[in-house]
Amino acid sequence: MTIAEALDMRSGEGADLVLREAAVLDPVAGIEGTHDVVIRAGRIAELAPPGAAASDGLEEVDASGLHAFPAFFDPHVHLRTPGQEHKEDLETGSRAAAAGGYCGILAMANTEPSVSTPADIEALREAAREAASVPVGFLATVTRGMEGEELTEMGAIREAGALGFSDDGLPIRSARVLRRALQYQRLCGGTIALHEEDPELSGDGVMHEGPVSAALGLAGIPSVSESTMIARDGALAGYEEGRIHIQHLSAAESVEAVRAARAAGVRISCEASPHHLCITDEEVRSLDARRFKMNPPLRSEADRQALIEGLRDGTIECIATDHAPHAPEEKEVPFEQAAMGVIGLETAFAAIHTELVLPGVLGLDLVVERMAGGAAPFDLERPTLAPGSEANVVLCDLAAEWTVGEEGYESRSENSWCAGRSLTGRVLMTVAGGQVAYRLRSFTLGVAT
Amino acid sequence: MKHLLGIDQLSRDEIEAILDRAESFAEVGRRDIKKVPTLRGRTVVSVFYESSTRTSSSFELAAKRLSADLVSLKAAGSSVDKGESLKDTVATLSAYDPAAIVLRHPYAGAAQLVAEWAEAAVINAGDGKHEHPSQALLDLFTLRRRLDSLEGKRIWIVGDVLHSRVARSNLVAFQAMGAEVTVCGPPALIPRGIEQLGCQVSYSLERLGEADVVYALRLQKERMAESFVPSIREYAAHFQIDTRRLGPRQLLMHPGPVNRGVELSGEAIDSPQSLIAEQVASGLVVRMAILYELLAAGGERPAPVAGDQVQGPTPIGQPA
Repeated sequence: MTIAEALDMRSGEGADLVLREAAVLDPVAGIEGTHDVVIRAGRIAELAPPGAAASDGLEEVDASGLHAFPAFFDPHVHLRTPGQEHKEDLETGSRAAAAGGYCGILAMANTEPSVSTPADIEALREAAREAASVPVGFLATVTRGMEGEELTEMGAIREAGALGFSDDGLPIRSARVLRRALQYQRLCGGTIALHEEDPELSGDGVMHEGPVSAALGLAGIPSVSESTMIARDGALAGYEEGRIHIQHLSAAESVEAVRAARAAGVRISCEASPHHLCITDEEVRSLDARRFKMNPPLRSEADRQALIEGLRDGTIECIATDHAPHAPEEKEVPFEQAAMGVIGLETAFAAIHTELVLPGVLGLDLVVERMAGGAAPFDLERPTLAPGSEANVVLCDLAAEWTVGEEGYESRSENSWCAGRSLTGRVLMTVAGGQVAYRLRSFTLGVAT
Repeated sequence: MKHLLGIDQLSRDEIEAILDRAESFAEVGRRDIKKVPTLRGRTVVSVFYESSTRTSSSFELAAKRLSADLVSLKAAGSSVDKGESLKDTVATLSAYDPAAIVLRHPYAGAAQLVAEWAEAAVINAGDGKHEHPSQALLDLFTLRRRLDSLEGKRIWIVGDVLHSRVARSNLVAFQAMGAEVTVCGPPALIPRGIEQLGCQVSYSLERLGEADVVYALRLQKERMAESFVPSIREYAAHFQIDTRRLGPRQLLMHPGPVNRGVELSGEAIDSPQSLIAEQVASGLVVRMAILYELLAAGGERPAPVAGDQVQGPTPIGQPA
């Protein structure tokens, strides 16, 4: 299914645009070169030679010197609704996604109360059709109330439109319970996304266990807390022939565990977040919980390098932000007491572009591919610029420099790991699910015709 | 120096300035009138979110000896008990326009946050398992009076390093003064990666004989329940400092309060090598020096103490 068919967003008019003389890059479709990107009624009508497209009735956008990519897809965000709307809601969260160049996001189910029934899914889908700027999909919990004991009514929940299942925020502690869910998956489908962590090993840890935690006197979360659970769940998925997606890989051992499972034939996919790819536990020396406290924690440089290598060789097929908004009072407390999580939708591409593409660590084509790689693990068509497809396009100025947070955030929360950083590369416009979802204000003024 | 948040933010010169200043206060302490007017009219707020005997009492007495007005807040029975956030508590206390806030808190980085929120100079009197800089300074002061210099001296820190803010601050402080530090204890109580702070790690007391100073840490009894050590008896058998293990030329220190018969034998505590009582006495003058350096010194170094010709603060009752 296409993103707009499977996910929900506010209805509106299909985009009618021509992105004149854009540098177009869609590595999966094999498109690279300067084109006029013609979008009619929300579909990619044509990739015309530069300057050649007729502008009959279309809005003209001067895209010379700008890049057009397939818009990004994030399989892991927290929109905090229902119950924690002081942090985020469908409107603000989807606006943050649009500003980050996303054409689709999957919302996690660890809300208050958690998303655990068919009615919960139906209510959220209805709300998204009222409020969402970009297509939003919803996961439901694997276990009722995320208590790790009884399965939710996975079949009925799938029929209500849940795109998959996850107890994200918590691991599924019991191997027996996960095995039952994988058995039930044969009946109802739906990828099971797993937050991998052994609570026995994590204990009361608040950061990566290593020299920095030793220096700060903070309780550590060892890398093996994550990797041993991935090994266990990989084995279970293999045994039950299930389909699992490992969320937010953080440790070198975890990349190895995913490789081993895949080599054994397990249907396993995984994601890494921009913060784990760009920064390390050295940042925690500042004790700045707003920017640097999250779970899984920022790990060592060796771990970061292993994630980059995993992204490069395809072990990790997608970048996911784990966008986790929190209110100031939940972060302006001593590190150990602060809430876990950072926001990331508005900065994901710019951060990776600045920290990994510009220094030559990763190629632009690879990053563009992985930024949209989160659709396939949930059986969705990946966004593409191929003519005839639904318009999911992000227009970027790769030379634009900006300081994160200077102009505020689209998100309701400000706990960005990039806050105050200067980034190079900015999203100017997003077309999501065939509709214009975002335009940078100054950019709109600059090109209005 | 605006705040005292951690030893790792101090240069060796800054450390020595505080120790020199403490030396001049030690002289004042030998006079009949022990009070000086330095901080008259200024307010020191002491906020303790954890119970403490020696740290809170010595900071409070230090403030009084310097003639400051003292507001003392304990977490139990205060608005903190009613769920007020640290930030709101700081805002409330700031209404008194304090010159300094002395903070003890169960979590790392609390003093640093208060320093961001308040105008006052902030003194970290212990934040979680992170730092306890005034303890490290008083330990340096105590040692300096026994040993001319720590340069090249070998110091063993023995016990529950994982849960000890004293271990972390002292490790940094001892190294800053030129000592070589070894941390020693059961493997589960030695934080993984601590050797990257420049110390050696030992899981046995076999080589304890090489130490010039043995610094024992308190073992909290609840650690057994968490399986860090199998039993007190097992811990004592491997790591208790007793007079059999402690050589006659080695100095013994402990931040207190001691679990007699656990990390130290009774004989070792009462042995002539033990500096434990001197550590407590040093606490007062070092904390006076910290308050003085932050609130009154204005950056100049105190002159070295020579006999009675002290360039220190003028005792109260004399022209300042």
